[in-house]
Amino acid sequence: MSMFNIFGVSGSAISAQAQRLNVVASNLANADAVAGPDGKAYKARQVLFQSMPGNDPGTAGVRVKTISESEAPARRVLDPAHPSADAQGYVTHSNVNPVEEMVNMISASRSYQNNVEVMNTAKTLMLKTLQMGQ
Amino acid sequence: MLEQLTGRLETLSSALQLRAQRQQVLASNIANVDTPGYVARDIDFNAALQNAVSGKSAPGMAQTSAGHLTITSSQGLLGSPLAYTVQTQPSLDGNSVDLDQQRANFADNAIRYESTLRFINGHVKTMLSAITGQ
Repeated sequence: MSMFNIFGVSGSAISAQAQRLNVVASNLANADAVAGPDGKAYKARQVLFQSMPGNDPGTAGVRVKTISESEAPARRVLDPAHPSADAQGYVTHSNVNPVEEMVNMISASRSYQNNVEVMNTAKTLMLKTLQMGQ
Repeated sequence: MLEQLTGRLETLSSALQLRAQRQQVLASNIANVDTPGYVARDIDFNAALQNAVSGKSAPGMAQTSAGHLTITSSQGLLGSPLAYTVQTQPSLDGNSVDLDQQRANFADNAIRYESTLRFINGHVKTMLSAITGQ
């Protein structure tokens, strides 16, 4: 039955979106992390999706091509009393932008839900196909 | 004689196959809604069904010389070419999937698939009652 491919396509999309959600969770968890003694703070990570041609013409799944680190400048806050402050009295925070991450999270969760719906519809159709001619 | 019993089923089965394959293409579009550079695909169902019923394959390139290569149209559904959907809103990452439109197409195609299934079931019932002679 050719519609079995839908589960492969939507399944790959679900796993890619789940990985995106994982990365968002990691970014949000580290949003307030400050740099250690080496002066390097956490850098926000972003996933990059790539389509993956399927067996049938026109079908394409999704995979995570790379997880890249954001090159945005780290947030520096003047706080000389902070134990992690550098010689000038600045504390380097991570470059995570919580607003961007929340938007990313909502987008990933909606895409995930969409693909679950697609699989449910495909399942219903295939079950009905099994009853053909009865 | 038997052809009259099963003739209509062949058209309906072509339609069902095309609907199933279109469902896969639409599922791929929905799966790739966040993939940069992905271009949404679709088929012209009317033309594809007419091609499938008449046994014609889509017109390829004309060979006017013996040296020309034959192009087998592997990129198509039952011999009909896949087209690209028209972008409704431009996006920064070059993705042309309009999620609302794709979801609507997906639901529409699912209902039409189910109705084709019902036509097949109805036809089978009609023919069964015809051959039992009641």
